[in-house]
Amino acid sequence: MVSRSTIKLDNTMKNINRREFLKKTGEGAALAGAVAVAGACAPKKTAETVAAAVNSDGKDVLETGKMELRTNPGNGDKVSLLGYGCMRFTMKKDANGKDVVDQENVNTLIDYALAHGVNYFDTAPVYLQGQSEKAVGIALSRHPRNSYYIATKMSNFQSNDRKVAMQLYNDAFKNLQTDYLDYYLLHSLGRGGAAGFKARFEDNGVLDFLLKEREKGKIRQLGLSFHGDQPSFDDMMVLHDKYHWDFVQIQMNYYDWKHADGRRNVNAEYLYNELDKRGIPIVIMEPLQGGRLAKPAESVVNRLKERDPQASIASWAFRFVGSYPRVLSVLSGMVYMEHLQDNLRTYMDFKPLTEEELTFLDTDISDIMANYPTVECNDCKYCMPCPYGIDIPGIFMHYNNSVNQGLQPRSKEQEDYQKLRKSYLVSYDRAIPTLRQADHCVGCKQCIPKCPQSIPIPRELRRIDAYVEKLKQNTL
Amino acid sequence: MLKKIRVTLATLCLAAITLLFLDFTGTLHHWLGWLAKIQFLPAVLALNLVVIIVLLLVTILFGRIYCSVICPLGVFQDGVANLSKKGKKGKYSYSKEMKWLRYGVWVVFVIALIAGINALVALLAPYSAWGRIVQNLLAPVWQWGNNILASIAEKHESYTFYTKEVWLKSLPTFLVALGTLVAVVILAWKNGRTYCNTICPVGTTLSFFSRFAAFRPVIDASKCKSCHLCEHKCKAACIDIDGGKTIDYSRCVDCFNCIDNCKFGALKYRFAWGTEPNGTPAKANHATLGTVRGGTGAERSGASGGAERSEAFARPEVPSGDSSAPADKTRRAFMVGSALALGGSALSSVKAMAQTEPAEDEPVKIEGEGGFADIVPKIAPKRSVAITPFGSESVKAFYSHCTACQLCVAVCPNNVLRPSKDLKHLMQPEMSFERGYCRPECVKCSEVCPAGAILKITPEEKTQWKVGTAKIAPWLCLVDNGTVEECGNCARHCPTGAIQMVKKDPNDPKSVRIPSVDESKCIGCGACENLCPSRPISAITVDGFQIHHKA
Repeated sequence: MVSRSTIKLDNTMKNINRREFLKKTGEGAALAGAVAVAGACAPKKTAETVAAAVNSDGKDVLETGKMELRTNPGNGDKVSLLGYGCMRFTMKKDANGKDVVDQENVNTLIDYALAHGVNYFDTAPVYLQGQSEKAVGIALSRHPRNSYYIATKMSNFQSNDRKVAMQLYNDAFKNLQTDYLDYYLLHSLGRGGAAGFKARFEDNGVLDFLLKEREKGKIRQLGLSFHGDQPSFDDMMVLHDKYHWDFVQIQMNYYDWKHADGRRNVNAEYLYNELDKRGIPIVIMEPLQGGRLAKPAESVVNRLKERDPQASIASWAFRFVGSYPRVLSVLSGMVYMEHLQDNLRTYMDFKPLTEEELTFLDTDISDIMANYPTVECNDCKYCMPCPYGIDIPGIFMHYNNSVNQGLQPRSKEQEDYQKLRKSYLVSYDRAIPTLRQADHCVGCKQCIPKCPQSIPIPRELRRIDAYVEKLKQNTL
Repeated sequence: MLKKIRVTLATLCLAAITLLFLDFTGTLHHWLGWLAKIQFLPAVLALNLVVIIVLLLVTILFGRIYCSVICPLGVFQDGVANLSKKGKKGKYSYSKEMKWLRYGVWVVFVIALIAGINALVALLAPYSAWGRIVQNLLAPVWQWGNNILASIAEKHESYTFYTKEVWLKSLPTFLVALGTLVAVVILAWKNGRTYCNTICPVGTTLSFFSRFAAFRPVIDASKCKSCHLCEHKCKAACIDIDGGKTIDYSRCVDCFNCIDNCKFGALKYRFAWGTEPNGTPAKANHATLGTVRGGTGAERSGASGGAERSEAFARPEVPSGDSSAPADKTRRAFMVGSALALGGSALSSVKAMAQTEPAEDEPVKIEGEGGFADIVPKIAPKRSVAITPFGSESVKAFYSHCTACQLCVAVCPNNVLRPSKDLKHLMQPEMSFERGYCRPECVKCSEVCPAGAILKITPEEKTQWKVGTAKIAPWLCLVDNGTVEECGNCARHCPTGAIQMVKKDPNDPKSVRIPSVDESKCIGCGACENLCPSRPISAITVDGFQIHHKA
């Protein structure tokens, strides 16, 4: 059993900054030390051509390429830069009409991922209506235990009762069919700051227990996932001195790098630099901002495709986060094979972005996106189920899509208004059953504390409802 | 030739009227709506004198062309008869007029019309019978077909077709429609136009005029070789060759089958004003009451068909009123259940712990994320007065004009209109808000009603008319009974701003706010009832007004 090792950062790594890292990789110099990045040595090609799926010799990267591996300075784990986020697998209805994970599909995807070098699998007891751990356990247990790293979480949102926490912890071993967990996270910290942390983990002795488990090697690496504002994050960094987080999972993508609203979430630039300063390896969640960056506004698509017609829209977002050296793994909730393959093409024979490209994304492109009135929903479904049956993320996703695609009817004077109006209303009914639409929100506010993005959900639902009502009455 | 023209026109008419009932978007109505308005009974009920006079003039000039071309149920029967063995081979034969049944039904119908026994009127009226058959039996198939197209369209991101919810709007009406269809098909299969000449009150009314028709098929006795071919081809069983080569013009529907089939040119559709049934001058003797051949068969089938109809009519179960008390309990249980399930949200976790402290060894139920809460379907509340559509002016006016053809039900996009299950108004529509509410911008029903039961209004006028008013059951209101601290969904969606959220305790500045209805502004559209989170019975429900009036 591997015991926890203290982090000894190689000097090369400790002092490297983004620019130097890029410069080095750009020159094709192999990085020395713990974070030797296999395959990061970019050939001398222009950035515009490297994202193409097929190499110049006509061979598919999927067949010839090598997965980018990042070394965890804490214990030497060679972790694939692409991590599998196990919260979005397809569900199907069982005989009783209940949603169940489509296990066959999970197996296929996970087998394919493993075969292409993905070795980090991130799950949680609450994902997929509580079925994710088990499904992942079934798929992974068909492979040698040392061929992958399991990450799961302490999702004790339901209650601060120690008993709930113990059950979640013990179930993880059963569900995942293992006797040790590689990466264990205190799930979704941030809201409530140090006080919330105290109630959830300190007062009930849960953290003490987990620290002991870390010593015993049952938990190889103990970390946390963070959603929240800057003071809360600073609190977590203070706690680092006390507990030593082996890794931290943050929301990072090119939009949130500089454009986080500061109230609900913090600029990823700040988070990254704080963690980098302390030498804490970073796992990235929401690299696509819940899919929003894979389906941005038309004008954004245009700019990106102009730069590289071959590269998928999503690949830009993945390359962005992968270009930062402190990043250990980037989680992507890949639902379908094409998502997996697209990401594999990005992270096999990985080519980081140039400094100019990084700025292009985190400033130029993000500035355009900031001008669209979308709801910053990631479709994480933490707010669900709504007690009144409302499909909260579904409503936001539908709204965002229509805004981003420029299909949103805005005024009667608009050209094509009648056509846009019909398509908006018909697609709304298609996406959301009538009884689950925004007009049924009573404003009970039970969803608000559950939203990791701190979206004022009832207010946003009312805004959309009022908009739909205007469309229906033709008074826009 | 005449027959060909008749068949072509009749087919077009039938198809167009049927489409009117199938087109739930209401767009065809713009072009074809007049076909519903020229139907005889709706015109009578709408007091549409122009249509009535024209129809009667046409009948007195040309006979019962109406029955063979305009009436959808009549044309449908011709179709059925054509498929039958008897129709194909031409094996009909003359039968005597069933006077007692025919005039008996007519008298009953007229009495029902005057006395306001609307269900009986609706049951016998031919156009509305066809409307019900299409709306209840064919429309679901049409809509399923539409939904298949919609799902294909969805895949191609086309918005041409959209899904239409298919639901059984009223079981009694469905059964009546089914019974009518079975009876009519049996009668038409066995003996052609039996229904039209024994039961149909419109047919009987027109027969009073058609017997004097100026133009009619006339047998030239000198050319007639008594081959009986015309008699065998006559679906109305009104040609009597053996009884003096006469035609009973009260029953002849001008289908022209006889004329097209006569090999000797003995039958002509011609001007014959004032002549007797066999074409001889009025004073000559005739023998309409002569030998009766094959009449028994028709009589028998007519009688059995009648029996089936009355059985179908008696069968419908009238559902007992919904009791609100037990439903209330179910709703509470549901609310409590969902409140418990969600009690453990992060912020209220301490409080929730105290409430849901699990027993020592019992495993805690871990809540996963995602999924949907079940939604309990709404149940219609008891309404002291039925709500009739905007534009109907009063409950009485609405029900005395309505022929229960279901055209308004067919076009209602909000699933508000459905046939009444109340025996007095059986099959006539009423409004209810379990699936939607009467939206302020929609006036579709008022545009299609051919019988003057729903008069045409504009959306602007609509929000000024009061068809009912909302009332609140405080014990069901989620804020009032303490389930939630804030709601106001009714007030938020009231199109006239009639609902005010007021402090429950006026002396407490932090009091929760409960809804109150400003009766002077409420129009009874049902937005509040439909969107009220209280299920299955809404905490705010609408009662109709006997007489609608301006707000």
